[in-house]
Amino acid sequence: MKLKVNGKSRSFAGAPFKRLIEVLREDFGLTGTKEGCGEGECGACTVLVDGEPVNSCLIPVCSVEGRRIETVESLGNPGKLSPLQEAFMERGGAQCGICTPGMLMTATAWIKGGGSAAPGAIRECLAGNLCRCTGYQHIVDSVARAVKGKGGGKRR
Amino acid sequence: MRGAPETMAVLRPKSGAEAVKLYGQQTKAVPLAGGTDFMVLWNLGLLNGRTILDLSGVRDWRKIAAARTGVLVGSLATHAEIGRHPTVRAEFPLLVSACATIGAAQIQNRGTLGGNIANASPAGDTFPSLLVYEAVVRTVSPRGKRKLPISEVFAGVKRTTLGPGELIEAVELPFLDKRPSRRLFRKVGTRLAQAISKTVAAGILRLGKGGVVEDFRFALGSMAPTAVRLTEAESAVVGFKLTPAVVDEACRRLERSVSPIDDIRSTREYRLEVSRNILRSFLEGNQ
Ligand SMILES: Cc1cc2nc3c(=O)[nH]c(=O)nc-3n(C[C@H](O)[C@H](O)[C@H](O)COP(=O)(O)OP(=O)(O)OC[C@H]3O[C@@H](n4cnc5c(N)ncnc54)[C@H](O)[C@@H]3O)c2cc1C
Ligand code: FES
Ligand code: FES
Repeated sequence: MKLKVNGKSRSFAGAPFKRLIEVLREDFGLTGTKEGCGEGECGACTVLVDGEPVNSCLIPVCSVEGRRIETVESLGNPGKLSPLQEAFMERGGAQCGICTPGMLMTATAWIKGGGSAAPGAIRECLAGNLCRCTGYQHIVDSVARAVKGKGGGKRR
Repeated sequence: MRGAPETMAVLRPKSGAEAVKLYGQQTKAVPLAGGTDFMVLWNLGLLNGRTILDLSGVRDWRKIAAARTGVLVGSLATHAEIGRHPTVRAEFPLLVSACATIGAAQIQNRGTLGGNIANASPAGDTFPSLLVYEAVVRTVSPRGKRKLPISEVFAGVKRTTLGPGELIEAVELPFLDKRPSRRLFRKVGTRLAQAISKTVAAGILRLGKGGVVEDFRFALGSMAPTAVRLTEAESAVVGFKLTPAVVDEACRRLERSVSPIDDIRSTREYRLEVSRNILRSFLEGNQ
């Protein structure tokens, strides 16, 4: 089975009903994506499929064959963070970090789609991403900062 | 127990015709659309060892097409795709509002209209809107095609009238002949996103000459084993002016069409009270 992950073609020969999150983490070594609830509630496992945020814990890999998949590893790396990741660092958008990869991916799609910096709109866009540490305000601030800085999710 | 992928067999049709053929041969297979209902249970290890009919390769059933008499929404169209479609937005805003309340963005990007219908939860949030628009569900099976009014699709809690090997292909939304004067979609839950409805309502109303009601349709979800049109309340209103007596009578009749329950989310009395208030303020014109 052929998959496009973070711009590279990858092939997968395991069980077709293996979940995308496990294929990413176990078969492709992309452990940035986290599993929180496994029920579609928390959004920790959010990745982009064809540019749209989805819960990778609810997707058997066979159902996204040939689609474009992006994970948090596509954004930046410790040496060169994306503007959105930098905003999270500066504004304290991450504490324990479990929710962060999912938050970053949902916010990346928001910014690429021309989403606004209005706090209410950002809260709505992040409604499917739960955080038990920050109380959300710092996350909303971080995303707003990235939107204002015209920083997309990609490295500039 | 957890979901064990190596116990699963997967059928992967590339067209609607192939899906029908495969499903006809293996009627015990489970169709999989967006997976947002199925995978939650599968992850708990409750559905290991099944054969899956993976519909992701059936491109034709994802389309949304506007025609002269209405819009044909493919069963595999996602809630997000429905919410973005210009004709659906212009002509069927109650469905757009419903789709926008299904889970959060991640769920709307995967969950489909066909999956919502086939799952037949009493709390399915698109159903009141589909009932108000008198949607027609198109199905296909080895026995042929059928067109079912949405009101005939639900048989009970999580049960439909679909037969063995029968798949939902599309949902027809007929255009209304005239624009409603008022419309309403309201979902009452514990929080804005990701909440299962305590009650969900959709309605349209058209006033004619002298304030006489020409058309009134009102439907509720989460208030009975299946979503229902309030036919008794509707007939108290159509052909009359919206006097306080007519509004009172409609609200009194609401109870005849529903049978709400006490459950973990709410009590029967709360549900009745809230839905009566929604109906009343809609009829009084101050939503
Ligand atoms: C976190 C979360 C929040 C949610 N919030 C809401 C909500 O607010 N409101 C709401 O109504 N729902 C909600 N849901 C439920 C679910 O997202 C919706 O019901 C969705 O529309 C299901 O579509 P699907 O394509 O994902 O279905 P799937 O899981 O793929 O399928 C559901 C069922 O339908 C059958 N099926 C699917 N497609 C067909 C077809 N074409 N023909 C015949 N049978 C078919 C499947 O066999 C399965 O039994 C939520 C789910 C989650 C996980
Ligand atoms: S782990 Fe996927 S939504 Fe929680
Ligand atoms: S930072 Fe800990 S869950 Fe969000």
